[in-house]
Amino acid sequence: MLQFSFWDILSNLLVATQWTIVLSLIAFFCGGIVGLVLLFMRTSRIAPLEWFTKIYIEFFQGTPLLMQLFLFFFGIALFGVEVSPWAAATLALTFWTSAFLTEIWRGCVESIPKGQWEASSSLALSYIEQMRYVILPQASRIAVAPTVGFSVQVIKGTALASIIGFVELTKAGTMLNNATFRPFLVYSLVALIYFCLCFPLSWWAKKIEGRLNVAR
Amino acid sequence: MSLVSIRDVRKSFGQNEVLKGVSLDIAKGDVVAIIGRSGSGKSTLLRCINGLETYQSGSIVADGIEVGGATTNLRELRRHVGMVFQQFNLFPHLTAAENVMLAPTVVNKVSKAEARAIAAEVLAKVGLSEKMDAYPSELSGGQQQRVAIARSLAMRPKVLLCDEITSALDPELVNEVLRVVEQLAREGMTLILVTHEMRFARDVGTKLVFMHHGKVHEEGVPKEVFAAPRTPELQQFVGQVG
Repeated sequence: MLQFSFWDILSNLLVATQWTIVLSLIAFFCGGIVGLVLLFMRTSRIAPLEWFTKIYIEFFQGTPLLMQLFLFFFGIALFGVEVSPWAAATLALTFWTSAFLTEIWRGCVESIPKGQWEASSSLALSYIEQMRYVILPQASRIAVAPTVGFSVQVIKGTALASIIGFVELTKAGTMLNNATFRPFLVYSLVALIYFCLCFPLSWWAKKIEGRLNVAR
Repeated sequence: MSLVSIRDVRKSFGQNEVLKGVSLDIAKGDVVAIIGRSGSGKSTLLRCINGLETYQSGSIVADGIEVGGATTNLRELRRHVGMVFQQFNLFPHLTAAENVMLAPTVVNKVSKAEARAIAAEVLAKVGLSEKMDAYPSELSGGQQQRVAIARSLAMRPKVLLCDEITSALDPELVNEVLRVVEQLAREGMTLILVTHEMRFARDVGTKLVFMHHGKVHEEGVPKEVFAAPRTPELQQFVGQVG
């Protein structure tokens, strides 16, 4: 029988960590782009667009991420389209992330005083121009800290992709445990690696928040 | 022909009717001072003129554009109708010059260099040439309000709406803003001001409008109206604030 040393376990976990990072980055960036589009729709004061985003956000915030992964993985397959765990995980995490980011950012947009909208309206700026030149430059400053904070949730969320067979950190941990029967060691290392990914982000988010408070 | 023509405008917030049939004609070069108690509808009326508020019935035509229509091109209207607010509402992330340059570059598609020249010109007009690159947070209230006026002027408006533009200022800063407005009036700018500065309304205004309970209660030449208010409400109001 194959023997796994501590370093074998660790190096295997670290290889899989790459996929956790890649999946997190893709989910975060694609989710950010979709989230930005949704943000424009959500604050557009055009009723059908607002309703669509509201339902979208309620759905993705109101159901477990695991359900969403299943829906994308098994649901799309029902239509005869073969979906890889990779694609399903990317799609589900992107939509899930976008829903949360839209809500976070909407809060930031709404914290900008109404007078900024009125002044820019009075200068004949269109809605898109107001967002682009007046509102978002101010809102984005406020948004940095909670957005970075939320990226921690995305990293932890990728762990669920293990259940549909995507080999990332958690899945690699499960596989190594099955081979070594040393669950405590394996999962301690898995947890430690997640912590090493997440803690710097949380710490950074707190730091930015503090800095913004001082600026006021 | 009047530049701004307001006909029997009615506006309610829910059950509360704040404009109860207001009619007013404003000609080019008029300096209209709208006075009245808080809640008399004067700010709401002003905000209806550039479409910041909608109204339920009646009509407002500003510079040939019907304001309240379903298909009204508000962008076109607002290019010619400027507005200055009580709270200045400068864009805090932009310098004074950038505040002024924003609308000309974005809306009128003027080049950066040209916009910078416009900014220099209008900021000089309000006496702030040396503050072009200052951020709003580095300016006093009076200076901020003068930048806000310059920002509106950069669009070359045909009418400038001023909504209690000195009310948020410390008393010693009021005059520097009023002087700028007075100079604009002398240059022939059409101004519609909601104001509590009675002396200014009397000395600079060409027309005084006293609003009471959502209606134009009394109007006329400021000096005459102030000297001999016809209605008891205005007599009382002038007695209290004058």
